[in-house]
Amino acid sequence: MEFRHKDLVAIADLSAGEIHLILSTAASLKEISRRPIKKVPTLRGKTVVTLFYEPSTRTRMSFEIAAKRLSADTLNLTVAASSAVKGETLADTAHNLEAMQPDLLVIRHYASGAPSYLAGKLRCGVVNAGDGLHEHPTQALLDLLTVQEAKGRLDGLKVAIIGDIAHSRVARSDILAFSKMGSQVTVAGPATMLPPFLSDLGVQVTYSLEEAVAGADVIMMLRLQLERMGQGFISTLREYSQHFGLARRHLELAKEDAIIMHPGPLNRGVEISPEVADGAHSVILEQVTNGVAVRMAVLYLLIGGEKT
Amino acid sequence: MLIKGALVVDPAQALEAPMDLLLADGKIALLSPPGTIPGEGRRVVEARGLVLTPGLIDMHVHLREPGEEYKETIETGTRAAAQGGFTAVAAMPNTSPVNDTASVSRYIREQAAAAGLARVYPVAAISMGSKGESLSEFGDQKEAGAVAVSDDGKPVMNSMLMRRALEYARTFALPVISHSEDLELRGRGMMHEGRVSLILGLKGIPAAVEEVMVFRDLALAGLTGARLHIAHVSTAGAVELIRRAKAAGLKVSAETAPHYFSLTDAAVIGYDTNAKVNPPLRGAADLAAITEGLRDGALDAIASDHAPHSTLEKDLEFEAAAFGLIGLETSLGLSLKLVHEGVLSLSQLIAKMSLNPARILGLAGGTLAVGAPADLTLIDLNREWTVDVGKFASKSRNCPFHGWTLKGRAVMTVVGGKIVSSEQ
Repeated sequence: MEFRHKDLVAIADLSAGEIHLILSTAASLKEISRRPIKKVPTLRGKTVVTLFYEPSTRTRMSFEIAAKRLSADTLNLTVAASSAVKGETLADTAHNLEAMQPDLLVIRHYASGAPSYLAGKLRCGVVNAGDGLHEHPTQALLDLLTVQEAKGRLDGLKVAIIGDIAHSRVARSDILAFSKMGSQVTVAGPATMLPPFLSDLGVQVTYSLEEAVAGADVIMMLRLQLERMGQGFISTLREYSQHFGLARRHLELAKEDAIIMHPGPLNRGVEISPEVADGAHSVILEQVTNGVAVRMAVLYLLIGGEKT
Repeated sequence: MLIKGALVVDPAQALEAPMDLLLADGKIALLSPPGTIPGEGRRVVEARGLVLTPGLIDMHVHLREPGEEYKETIETGTRAAAQGGFTAVAAMPNTSPVNDTASVSRYIREQAAAAGLARVYPVAAISMGSKGESLSEFGDQKEAGAVAVSDDGKPVMNSMLMRRALEYARTFALPVISHSEDLELRGRGMMHEGRVSLILGLKGIPAAVEEVMVFRDLALAGLTGARLHIAHVSTAGAVELIRRAKAAGLKVSAETAPHYFSLTDAAVIGYDTNAKVNPPLRGAADLAAITEGLRDGALDAIASDHAPHSTLEKDLEFEAAAFGLIGLETSLGLSLKLVHEGVLSLSQLIAKMSLNPARILGLAGGTLAVGAPADLTLIDLNREWTVDVGKFASKSRNCPFHGWTLKGRAVMTVVGGKIVSSEQ
């Protein structure tokens, strides 16, 4: 199977077959990161630009490490939202970057749809590293890889996603990704954080953490943005963590071999208790490791080989 | 000028028959059966196979002048109107400066007269600067030619001020046009709240944003006895509220726009900023309810809410783009679909695009009765044409219907006896 995309903007654009291709490519590239010399010449002479309009440590680093392990040259541009408002338009910035002939632009932007907007304008490839409330496709792909490694499969699993679904692009990508691969997703959180129409996506919706994790193979905790408190989405952190914080007692409701995931960064003691985050079921750091592998695979499939 | 052989459709006279029409001194001079008016010595327009209607009136447009002439001017906007078959438009006050003083209304009318393409009726702001704080001078504005008051583009969030506006407008027999939107509830919403907004990760504008304000303003209309007109109705719930208010005897009228019965929120997929409009494109059930509201009379008028924006406001990421789309040159073609599909009779459609707007705003046109202004539109009902924004007279191109094939268009527009647009 060939990967016939110029861009990776959304899980919504990928078929199950294409997702399998990315995951199997990632699995085979993962070994490179364990070598003493962690570098192959695959993307030598290619240039990858990361353009970040939102602060990010791990995603930007993960893309950069992935590119470097494949010998691509990388350049990072971080734009403070405040200066973007005053300064040139997104399209102008992107056209200026493209004029320097990069092969791929990795963009994170606070506006949903910004990567699709650029993908339609630029000849070079565009990878979405998270846009507004829309999608974070490489996060979903690394989540799939992590689950596949732990469970040996991606279909027929019960996946619980807990927390602020409304403001989470990770949740949107994960819902689409796990559903495409044949698993059943259940979401839970306070009703203020569960947007209407979720059930139209084939998702089970509940307000009970206990109900969501019952019989679950995978439990994905989302980061609670602390500013949501002042915006009327929740009353207090104390109440939130009491109702929606994952504690050891919840693990007894899930499958015996359930895994605990979190896209990071963690609010320890808010959405996840320290003993669960660091416990035997947690694969949180494996997700970070797989992030590099999945991004290597995406870079390789988009700009490796003869296609471009 | 003598127009011969057209099918004359004039809902004000319950007329739908082949007639010849004679214009003289800017007025309708004679309307009589085919062949009964001699053509010698007169300019004769052969109009066999065409439909002749009273000049279409778009009661809700944004002409952007004064202040945003790079988007549209009164001259280009009225040229777009003429090309689309409209002989008159009502210009909303959210210009720069806001039309909150009589001098702005006078300026608009002077510019329109100089262009000579369509009649322009200013709508005055309810509040100074449309800030929702203090009332503007309704009486002065009426003398300067304003035909209604509205803070369109913004709601009057303060219910006490809205009550006073409705009462004060009664003093001068002006209708109040409500832009019904609860800004707090909208928050930073950008499109209809539904399955599509969820998938696109765009903040939603639930139907309730419109409906709570429609309900408030209907209640205030009941309280004050004022004449209320609800602008750009987009939701099933709003249609039902208006229907019930009318049944209860309130003096209320309402308009919708062609995009609300032609498109749903699915048009936003792909982050098409030309489909970013406020109120937003709604769901399929709303579209059906809008269509039914037009059919059963809950909705009186079709108005385009023509809202020109340049690429500076539209060629952007969706979140940063402005709300609004242009409609003067597609409104008739999109609306004729309702006739072709049997939702409305031709006469009913023309009432919603001419007679009813004239009655709501107290304008002279809207009919071809002898003595009325010689404002009229000749329509080829069956002409198929493809929407091409490159051919628009409007300065702006923010139209989500580019490339659509429509059936029926205006082939001649006459204002005050003068041909302002013609294919011939």
